[in-house]
Amino acid sequence: MKKSFAWTLLPLTALVLTACSTGPSPADYDKMAADMTKASFQERGIAKLSRLDQDQANAACAQADVSGKPLDDKVTKAIEEANMKTIKWPSDGKFLGDWKQGETIAQSGRGLTWSDNAQTTNGGNCYNCHQISKEEISFGTLGPSLYNYGKLRGVTDPNSAASKAIVEYTWGKLYNARAYNACSQMPRAGHMGILNEQQLQHVMALLLDPKSPVNQ
Amino acid sequence: MKQHALAVAVVAIGVAASVQAQSAADGIAKYREMLQDGNPAELYEAKGEGLWKQKRGPKNASLEQCDLGKGPGVIKGAFVELPRFFKDTGRVQDLESRVVTCMETLQGFNAAEISKTPFGRGEMANVTALATYIATESKGMRFNLPQTTSQEKAMFEAGKRAFFMRGGTHDFSCASCHGEDGKRIRLQDLPNLTKNPGDGIGFAAWPAYRVSNGQMWSMQLRLNDCYRQMRWPEPKFGSDVTIALSVYMGVNAKGAESAVPAIKR
Repeated sequence: MKKSFAWTLLPLTALVLTACSTGPSPADYDKMAADMTKASFQERGIAKLSRLDQDQANAACAQADVSGKPLDDKVTKAIEEANMKTIKWPSDGKFLGDWKQGETIAQSGRGLTWSDNAQTTNGGNCYNCHQISKEEISFGTLGPSLYNYGKLRGVTDPNSAASKAIVEYTWGKLYNARAYNACSQMPRAGHMGILNEQQLQHVMALLLDPKSPVNQ
Repeated sequence: MKQHALAVAVVAIGVAASVQAQSAADGIAKYREMLQDGNPAELYEAKGEGLWKQKRGPKNASLEQCDLGKGPGVIKGAFVELPRFFKDTGRVQDLESRVVTCMETLQGFNAAEISKTPFGRGEMANVTALATYIATESKGMRFNLPQTTSQEKAMFEAGKRAFFMRGGTHDFSCASCHGEDGKRIRLQDLPNLTKNPGDGIGFAAWPAYRVSNGQMWSMQLRLNDCYRQMRWPEPKFGSDVTIALSVYMGVNAKGAESAVPAIKR
C-alpha cells in the first residue's frame, strides 16, 4: 500500500472506531452513505456533481424506502404542496399540441446522460415504463398502462369545460408528478427541465387528443 | 472454438425481428436460449487465465500468489464470497478492485492509473479479462458473502442506502427499476435486487458478454452504465458506493447460483 489510492477509507474507519461499544446506529449508516456518495462520483460531460444534491422529497422518500416506514401524512403533504408550487401552466394557454410529435417524444430515451451533450433533444422515456399506443409492443411495465388514457376518462373534447379538470391534472402530473404523489417514481419532466413546454404539449396530445392512436 | 458465434448472432437478429409476429416473451426466451449456444466470454476467460499466470509488470511477476480472500492463489470459490473485507488494505473490496490491488502489490503496476483507465482499454481490459477468468472458476457455486466483520456489515447498510438514494435529473435510484418483482423496461425484464432474484440473475450474472455491443461487461462497468442511464454523475472505478452496492446485492443474493460468465442481449 505504498501508492495511496483515491479510495476513501476515512468515513468507514471513523465509523468503525466510534462504533466499538454500542454498534453503529441507522443515523451513522446514513452519514456513512452520504459521505461515501460524495467521494465516489466524478463529473463527466454534462452530468455534474450537483446532480447528487438531495431535495426534501428525494431525501425523505429514500429514507422511507430504507427504513420500510412510509412517510407520515405531514411530510407527504409538505412534499406535495412544495412540488405543486413548481408547476408552470402553459404560457400560451394551450394544453395540447401535436400527438404525432408526442409519439416521437414518448419513444425517445435520449438526453441528459453523460454521453449526451447540451444540444441533445431530450426524449420523454415514456415507453420505457408505460404502455401507450397499441401499435408499440415494446413497452415497459414500471408505470401503469396509458392506452386509451383520454378515452377512459371521457375526454371527447379536450377544450370543453367537462375535460378541464383531467386536462389540468395531466399537465401537472407530467410537469411534476410528485405534486400528486410525494414519492412517485416518475421523473418530473417539466420541473427538472427534461421536456420543454412545447414538448409537454405534444405528449399531452398523445394522451388526450381523441384523434391520437392512444384513444382509438 | 466459437466460429458459430457470429452465425448465432445473425440468427438471433432474425428471431428478434420476428418477435412482433409471436408472443413477445416467447420470442425473447428463444433468443436468449440461442445465445447460450456460443458465449464469446470464453475468449476473455482464456485471456484472463493467461494473464493470471504470465509474469508481467515492473516486478515481472505473475498473479498466482494473489489472495482473493481464500488464501494466496485460491481462485475456486473466491468470486461467490466477494466483496469481502481484506486486512492488508483495510477495505472491503470487490473482485475487480482486489485484482487491481494484486496487480500493484505483486506486479508493481500503478493501481490509481489502472483505475482511471476507461473500460476496454489498456490494463483495464486486462482487469476485465482477469475478473472473467476468476469468476468463471466459481460457475455453478452459490453466493455466500461473509458478513462477519463490522466493515462488511457497514458496507451492506451503506449499500442499502445507496440503492434507494434518488438523484440526477430524473430522480432515479437503483430501486426505481430494481425494487419490485416482474417489471420491465421496454421488453427487458428487471430483476428485483432487494432480495434473492434467483439463480444466475442480477448479481449472479455479471461479468457477462453483451451481444449488442460485442463487449465483455464486468460488474463495475454494469454499475457504471446503470448510473449513466440514471443521469447521475459517473461512479469512480472501485469506489465505495460501487462496492457497497455489490455487498448489498451479493448478500441479498445469498444462495443464488452463479451463471458467470453470462451472455446478454
